[in-house]
Amino acid sequence: MSRLSAWVEGGPVITDGAWGTQLQARGLAPGELPDLWNLSHADQVEEVAAAYVESGSEIVLTNTFRANGITLQEAGCADSIEQINRRGVDLSRNAAAGRARVVASIGPTGKMLLSGDVTPEQVRAAFRAQARALASAAPDALLCETFSELEEAEIALQAALETGLPVIVSFAFDTGKNKDRTMTGLTPEKAAAAAAAAGADAVGANCGAGIEFFAALARRLRSACPLPVWIKANAGLPRMEQGRIVYDATPEAFAAHFSALAEAGVSFAGGCCGTGPEFIAALRRQRDSRRT
Amino acid sequence: MPEFEKLHQAILEGDQKSARALTEAMLAEGVAPMDMITKSMVPAMDEVGRRFECEEYFVPELLLSARAMKGAMELLRPLLAASGAQPAGRVVIGTVKGDLHDIGKNLVASMLEGGGFEVVDLGADVAPEKFIDAVKNSGAQIVALSALLTVTMPSMRTTIEALNQAGLRSKVKVMVGGAPVTPQFATEIGADGYSETASSAVQLARKLVAETAA
Repeated sequence: MSRLSAWVEGGPVITDGAWGTQLQARGLAPGELPDLWNLSHADQVEEVAAAYVESGSEIVLTNTFRANGITLQEAGCADSIEQINRRGVDLSRNAAAGRARVVASIGPTGKMLLSGDVTPEQVRAAFRAQARALASAAPDALLCETFSELEEAEIALQAALETGLPVIVSFAFDTGKNKDRTMTGLTPEKAAAAAAAAGADAVGANCGAGIEFFAALARRLRSACPLPVWIKANAGLPRMEQGRIVYDATPEAFAAHFSALAEAGVSFAGGCCGTGPEFIAALRRQRDSRRT
Repeated sequence: MPEFEKLHQAILEGDQKSARALTEAMLAEGVAPMDMITKSMVPAMDEVGRRFECEEYFVPELLLSARAMKGAMELLRPLLAASGAQPAGRVVIGTVKGDLHDIGKNLVASMLEGGGFEVVDLGADVAPEKFIDAVKNSGAQIVALSALLTVTMPSMRTTIEALNQAGLRSKVKVMVGGAPVTPQFATEIGADGYSETASSAVQLARKLVAETAA
């Protein structure tokens, strides 16, 4: 039984959109670790969370996607793991001010277990340190997102569950003609079954592909486990225009997929790369118009 | 099963231990290293690439096969060097400046090594000057650029411009890849080729080397 069932009793819940691009719009340099801004540019980070809450997010994430022990060590900031993660939760909670729940984000380490770049013990220690730090600031749940490798996801999920908080685990299906496998070949069915077996409270798909691929993914995740399904879709592949990155999908075109997602049984819907507050606002309008 | 076929199979299955043992046994029997490469190893990696393209194989299988190939090549390389045989080509590879992601770049490097290329891996967050130095020092025919982030894609353009200014652009072919990179973007920044996957990167590199020789 998922501890998140009560959250989604009334139908799909709207989450938030991309963070990296929002921070870049506020001056984050390319290649700079966004998570460090929790300490150096706290106001701008809180602004991003607030922009999503204002636009209708009922769940807002935290700027902690890469604040695991391994990535922070590479950036020379391993000592700040506790502060960066705690502050990330605090900033989103301040912005939410009771209007949205706060789900704390944990992303992959960026190293592959199967190529031997890191050991399972190193990965476990990296996620444990992050999960504990996040939990100490009392978010409503933890989210392990954008995973490709099942083994790494399982280690992150385990570390997150140890905190006692509800945990969502979400994979990036970005491979294959139908964008229905992770980079390591993992299918939605296997991912969902493994998530349920490990005790996750929800399973999902995020990033990877444009929103048009997500209703099918959601169906397949649901077919393989009883857990609520979490979706955060990309706006589509970007293209370059005179040196600038352009996403062609408009907020309205993005949000038009909401009914397909709802019909596929999605419990949480939001955006990933290429989406911003106006995408979430459009998604929220679609959701609200279906309810009335 | 004839030994060439066994070696082919070991690489196809990503069994590095068997691939090395078979290579050693064949060397002891006097089989020419070049025969092993052309009759067993290259066809095996081509088959790996084919299976990857049609979604029978995924990254884990790709990595294991590339590793098996690399293990066998380690035994052959000293012999090949002694006989004066040349690698399939020389590639300088790196993730461009500002981008710390190296999974895709590492995969391409493994596949290129598996395909018989000599690879100079500069790592991640590589400045244009480093690419230039590496091209000068290695005499590589190809520069392979990787980026995972949309915001670091412009670094591919600046790297190509830097090669231009250093007067090296006509001496090397540039290939690009990474999740947000598209063929259109590759053309726009003046790259010579784009590859969507690590396995097709090997075919692209072969094609580009052939073009430099022509």
